[in-house]
Amino acid sequence: MYATKEAIIAKEHQRDLECTIFYIDVRAFGKGYEIYYERAKELGVRYIKSRPSAIFQNPQTKDLILKYISEDGKIVDETFNMVVLSCGLTPSSDVGAMAHMLGIEIDNNGFCKTDTFAPVDTSREGIYACGPFIEPKDIPETVVQASAAASRVQTLLASEKGNLIKKEEYIPEKDVKGKMPRIGVFVCHCGLNIGGVIDSKGLAKYAGTLKDVVFATDRLYTCSEDSITAIISAIKEYDLNRVVVAACTPRTHEPLFRDVLRKAGLNKYLFEFANIRDQCTWVHREEPQFAYEKARDLIRMAVAKARLLEPLNTIELPVEKSVLVLGGGVACMTSALELASQKFNVYLIEKDAQLGGNFRNIRYLIDGSNPQEKLNEIIKKINSNSYIKIFLRHRVDSTSGSLGNFETDIISIDNGKKTRIKHGAIVIATGAKEYKPTEYNYGTHKMIVTQLELEKMLSENIFSSKNVVMIQCVGFRDEKHKYCSRICCTEAIKNALFIKEKYPETNVYILYRDIRTYGFKEKYFTKAREKGVVFIRYSTDKRPTVELQNEKIAIRLEDPMLKMPIEIESDLLTLSTGIEPDPENENLAKLLKLPVSSDGFFLEAHMKLRPVDFASDGIFLCGLAHFPKFTDETISQALAASSRASSILSKGTVTLDAAISQVIDEACDGCAYCIDPCPYKALTLIEYIHKGEIKKTVENDVAKCKGCGVCQATCPKKGIRVNNFRLDQLSAMVDALLQEA
Amino acid sequence: MSNNDFIPKIVQFCCNWCSYTGADLAGSQRLQYSPYTRIIRVMCTGMIHPNLVIEALTKGADGVLVCGCHIGDCHYIEGNKKMEARVETIRTLLEDFGIEPERFHIEWVSASESQKFVEVVNQFVEKIIQLGPNPLK
Repeated sequence: MYATKEAIIAKEHQRDLECTIFYIDVRAFGKGYEIYYERAKELGVRYIKSRPSAIFQNPQTKDLILKYISEDGKIVDETFNMVVLSCGLTPSSDVGAMAHMLGIEIDNNGFCKTDTFAPVDTSREGIYACGPFIEPKDIPETVVQASAAASRVQTLLASEKGNLIKKEEYIPEKDVKGKMPRIGVFVCHCGLNIGGVIDSKGLAKYAGTLKDVVFATDRLYTCSEDSITAIISAIKEYDLNRVVVAACTPRTHEPLFRDVLRKAGLNKYLFEFANIRDQCTWVHREEPQFAYEKARDLIRMAVAKARLLEPLNTIELPVEKSVLVLGGGVACMTSALELASQKFNVYLIEKDAQLGGNFRNIRYLIDGSNPQEKLNEIIKKINSNSYIKIFLRHRVDSTSGSLGNFETDIISIDNGKKTRIKHGAIVIATGAKEYKPTEYNYGTHKMIVTQLELEKMLSENIFSSKNVVMIQCVGFRDEKHKYCSRICCTEAIKNALFIKEKYPETNVYILYRDIRTYGFKEKYFTKAREKGVVFIRYSTDKRPTVELQNEKIAIRLEDPMLKMPIEIESDLLTLSTGIEPDPENENLAKLLKLPVSSDGFFLEAHMKLRPVDFASDGIFLCGLAHFPKFTDETISQALAASSRASSILSKGTVTLDAAISQVIDEACDGCAYCIDPCPYKALTLIEYIHKGEIKKTVENDVAKCKGCGVCQATCPKKGIRVNNFRLDQLSAMVDALLQEA
Repeated sequence: MSNNDFIPKIVQFCCNWCSYTGADLAGSQRLQYSPYTRIIRVMCTGMIHPNLVIEALTKGADGVLVCGCHIGDCHYIEGNKKMEARVETIRTLLEDFGIEPERFHIEWVSASESQKFVEVVNQFVEKIIQLGPNPLK
C-alpha cells in the first residue's frame, strides 16, 4: 500500500509519469485501501505480479533495466529511469538491549512480545507497548494501539487519577469590543499540497491588500510548532484582534488554531478558516489558474467574516460519569471491563439474549489456542463486576443530549419496557456478521459451506472430506462488497492448517486473488505451503466455476501460469466470504446522527488520525462495527475507545460550544415563530415589564441549544441569531465573493 | 456560443456535518471538479434564511447551491427538512425578482458521498453555464 500511495503521489506531481509496481500479492486489506488500490489502477499505475530477477544499468543512458518474467510467462527486459525498493520494517538494532533493561520479552521476530487477549501489555506488568514495536503496522492501527496503551495506563493509575494535573494557565483575554478590526492572515503552503499548485506567497501578498488586514504572511506548514510561535508573536506585535488561516480544513485544524489565539490572549472565536487545500488545490490541481482565483475569493470571504467576528464566552457543564456501551461481543465487553476498572458506571446494551457476539463462533485461533475459555472468563468477569449493568435483549430507542450529558432511552425487545439512562459518553461496539453468499451454489448442497461453518465441522469432528477446495473473496472485492474483508485469507489458512494437522491425507486447494496474510501472519501462509496446501490464483475475468455432480463438486478454473484449464473434484467446497456490516447499523446511525461509509460500516472522524472517534464528540467506535479485524485488533480498538471515553469522563466538566443562539431583545417582538421549529425545545416565550409596558421576548436555554440556527432562519425580524454564523456574517461572505477582486 | 467565456460565480452553502465533510473527502481522494463554486460553511442548512439566498442572487451571484445531510440524517434532528420547506417560497420570490428559479438548487450529500458531491457541483455549474450570467448583474 505504501508503494501504491507513493505511486499516486508521484503521479500527482507529474501527470504523465509512468509508474509500475512489481508485486507478489497486493495487500490492500485496510479500511478504504481496496478502493484506493482500484483508483491507482484507474490512474494508470501498472501492477505486474512478478519478482524481478535482476537490475542492470544501461551504460550509455544510465537508465535501469529490470529483468522479469511477465504474467504470460515471457522473459522481459524493461527500461526504467528509477527503481524504488519497497522494504519491510525490521526492529531497531537497540531493541534487544532496551528489552533486556526493561525486563520485557521479545518474540522470535525481534519485536515486543504481546498476547492476543492483551495486545498492548508486555510480559512485565506496568509496562505497555504500542505501534510497530509490537509488529509492523499502518497509521490507523498504530494510533489505535497508542490509545489502547494509554487506556491500560489509565486503568493502572485509576486510583491516582488527576493528582498531578496542572491546569493550563492562559493569559487574560484582550478586550476587543469596539476596537477596529486588525486582521492577520496566514496562508499555508502545506508543503506542496497548496504551494505546489498555487502561489501561496502571492495569496499572502493579496490578502495584505484587503481592508482591515494589517498583517499577512505565508508559512510552509502553518500548523507546525515554529509557525504557531510566529502566529502568537504576530498577534502581539501587530496587535491583531482577528486571525484568518488559509490552509486545510477547519474540521481538523480549527481547534488547534483557536487554541493558538487563546494562548496569545485572544478569544478563540476571533478565528476564521479559509479551506484552500481540501476544497481547492486538491480538487482543482489541473486548473491552477482557477484554483488561485478560487483561493483568493475564499480568503477574501474569510476576511469579510473575520471582520464581523465577536468574542464569545463558553459555558461549562458537569459531566455525567457513566458510559453507554452498545453491543455484546468481545469489543464491547473489553471496553466495558476497562472502563469499569476505572470505576466508571457502565451500561451494556445488547440485542441478543447472551453475551459473546461473533466470538461464540470462533472455535480455535490460528495459534491453536481455544478462545472459548477466554470468552467465558471475560463473561464471568463482566457478570461479577458491580460497575457494569447489563441489559440483554435491549436496543436503543432514542437518545438526546451531547458530550458529557447524554440521555438515552433503551427498550426491551421482549416487552417494550423503556429505561432511561444518563451517561457522559457512548461506545459503539455493535459488531458485524459473516456474509452468507449467493455465489457458487451456496445453500443448494450440504458440502458447500462458509469458513465459519467449516470451522464448526472441524471442531465438532464431523469432517471426513478428502479434497477440500476453498474459494477466496466470495462476494468481496467486487460490486457487492467493494472492500477487502481483511481476515478471510488468514481464516482460510487457519482452517487449511487445521485440516493438514489432523487429516494429513486430505488435499486442500485455496483459490485466491491475492493472499493477504499481513504482518506476522505471513508465517502461516509459508507453513501452509510447506504442509502441502495448494494455492492457485484466479483473476476476476476468469473466476472459478462450480458444477454439482451428485455427491461431488467439480471446480474448474484456468491456471494463470500454465494458461491451462484445471478441474478439481472436491467433496467439500468452502467459500471464504467476508464480514459485512450489520444492517441495524443504519438505524443506530440515524438515532445517534452518525455517518456510515459507503460500505455500511460506521465512519470515524479521520481514517488515520482519529480511528475511534466520531466527528460528534463523546461517541466512540470499536470492533467489527468499524471494519473487519482480528481479535487482537478488536481488543486494541476497544481499549482505545475506552481510553477516549475515559478522557471525557475523568474531567469534571465539559465546555459547550459558544456558537449558539442569542436573542436580540431590541429586535425581538415576541412573535414566537422560532419556538416551535426549535428541535431542542430550547426557546421559551417570556414577558417582562419594560418602561412600564409588557415586553414579549424569547429566552434561550444555553444548555439545551446546539446552535443549529433554525431559529435564525425562521425569524422575520433578525431578533435571534446563531453566533459565529450570524446572517450578517454569512451575508458579508457572499458580498465579498461578488465584489470584484 | 456566447456562454463560452462565461465564468460563473456560484455560492455554495454546505452543512458542516455532511456536505462540507463530503467536500473534504473529495479532496482527500483528489477527485477533480469545476472550480466555479465557493463554499460557505454553515452548521446546518436549517440556519440559512431565505433572504440569504435571495440576496445572493439579487446581488449578482450566478447560482446558489445548498447542500446538507440526507433527510433523516440531520445532525440537528431535522434542520434540513426546515430548509427544504423554504425551497418553494424562495423559488417563487426569485421569479418575482425576474431571476430563473433554477439558479437556486438544493441537494443532499452525505459525508461519505464525495463522488456525489462532485457530480452535484458539476451538474449545477453546467446548468448555470447554460443559463448564462445572472440577468440582474
